[in-house]
Amino acid sequence: MADTTYEKQNPAFYALIAALIFMSVGPVVLMFSNSFKLDIDIISGAGGLLFLPTIQNYETALCDILWYEPEHLEFCAIRFGGAFINSIIIALISTFLTLVIGCMAAYALVRFKFMGRDTVSFSTLAVRMVPPAVLLVPVFGLWNNAFCLDRSSMLGELIRDTFGGRGDVCLAGTHSGIILIYVAMNLPFVIWILQSFIVQVPQSLEEAARVDGAGPFQVFFMVVLPLIKPGLAAAAIFTFRIAWNEYLLASALADRDTMTVPILIVNNTSEVSIEWGVIMATGMLLAIPPIIFTLFASRQIITGMTAGAVKG
Amino acid sequence: MNRHHLNRMTPYLFMGPATIIMAIALFYPLLYMVYGSFRAWDPSQAISETEFVGLANYTKLLGDAAFWESVSVTLTFAFAVVSFEMLIGVGLALILDRNIRGMSVLRTLFILPMMIAPVVVGLMWRFMYHPTDGTFNRWFEAIGLPRVDWLGDHALLSVIIADIWQWSPFIFILSLAALQSLPRSALEAARIDGATGWQQIIHIKLPLMMPVLIVTMLLRLIDAFKVLEVILVMTEGGPGLSTEILALRIARTAQEFRELGEAAAMSNYLLLLLLMLTLGMFAFTRWQEARARRLTIRVEEEG
Repeated sequence: MADTTYEKQNPAFYALIAALIFMSVGPVVLMFSNSFKLDIDIISGAGGLLFLPTIQNYETALCDILWYEPEHLEFCAIRFGGAFINSIIIALISTFLTLVIGCMAAYALVRFKFMGRDTVSFSTLAVRMVPPAVLLVPVFGLWNNAFCLDRSSMLGELIRDTFGGRGDVCLAGTHSGIILIYVAMNLPFVIWILQSFIVQVPQSLEEAARVDGAGPFQVFFMVVLPLIKPGLAAAAIFTFRIAWNEYLLASALADRDTMTVPILIVNNTSEVSIEWGVIMATGMLLAIPPIIFTLFASRQIITGMTAGAVKG
Repeated sequence: MNRHHLNRMTPYLFMGPATIIMAIALFYPLLYMVYGSFRAWDPSQAISETEFVGLANYTKLLGDAAFWESVSVTLTFAFAVVSFEMLIGVGLALILDRNIRGMSVLRTLFILPMMIAPVVVGLMWRFMYHPTDGTFNRWFEAIGLPRVDWLGDHALLSVIIADIWQWSPFIFILSLAALQSLPRSALEAARIDGATGWQQIIHIKLPLMMPVLIVTMLLRLIDAFKVLEVILVMTEGGPGLSTEILALRIARTAQEFRELGEAAAMSNYLLLLLLMLTLGMFAFTRWQEARARRLTIRVEEEG
């Protein structure tokens, strides 16, 4: 009834909406159009939205994975391609692990009564407020010292013999090191958000499956998981977003070979004279995956956001 | 027998991986930080080689003017950002809570800023604030106003504006969801009794939305203390210390000044601050709920 009839609004209302859209999308469009301009045009401000687009900035940014050598480049300074691959590996693996581990934990917290349940539930909630900056110091210290396989230990020796390197094998500077902290950082949020979805799964379904002889893991994977797909999608997007966008902890842990895209961007903006065109092209490339998610899965994102706040 | 045994183990099997990972990579590091904050700790040392200095790191910070500056910047930033965002977000939700075509498109466009990497958001705004080439100053020039040195003279304000741009939509979306789930009967009754639009908002909509609004505000407040990348890219904490929020100061103390012990002590102060805020909010919510319950009971008794 309500969905098909629309109330007529006055023109001021539409003007407000237009202004809001302009404000929220404007900066993104600006960056998008600037990424296709040469630096001279960006600085002179010529043309506004009417200009001859060039992909030169993208060529400069992507120079290490292009199959041809761009004419305007003598030396490939920004190695975006490698960083992009690191970002993808880290974001995808950590999202996958967080989801699997997180939904199992959320299921246990909702459906089972066990010793220590309240403690787990409370501490999960409490660590949500810990800012990444607070984790910087201990993570830096631990990942570089305590979480190392010593050269003298057998496993460390085996790894060194196989892969070479300086002897100590540390979590810092590896993909797994960054993935580990991202999984840990995102778990509290994922557990919290998935709880509100799992509560809604009718228990009778699970009981029916159990009567038919399914074990607890079968019930979980065959009955519960398919029913909380929207929640999983929302949680996946939020986890991916954090793992994909995070800068601080990655910058403390990554070395030259495991650097992610946000680090690359920050490194290139801290110089005095910024090459706006190239850096905006890089920023655009980093922003594209989240933008695609937003356009295609906005419903899940909104569900996730409201579930997290309204039902917490 | 075996089956029974398995059933009792089930919750622990489900819970196990998450507990182990969070213990190793979240709780252990936090304890490690507390331990390290009592030590003179250099990044090149293992923690066992460091010297115990008692509360020296904490007391040193208390006497450090730069630290207090940073605390005040953090608090100003967090409270300014949250209050403006609540105002704008809730206001827009009340205005836009109508049955219009294309609402879902509108919401999609509004969540765009939140999904984009903070690093990129900082980049966009840094360009727009650029003293000569930036968008704002070009507009100002076009209409004959003098140029403003956004990131020089009004750095904190500029950073706050950028955050409001990015996160007001979050509050808008949550309050819109809260508005649309309000009981229709209450609003209907108010309309029949002749309540004006304002009266409906103040006496019915806002009080009913209050629980959601408080949670939203709390979430946003906690997140405001996590903001770092946007400011790092826009101003790097400068000019001077004018935008150096605590998170940024922690990162710089650890990475540039290489004072891990001091950075750890600062992290603990930040955690304490957050803890106090969170507990305060919870206490406030409890108190309000209790008051609401008393009121309903009294109404029932009288009725």
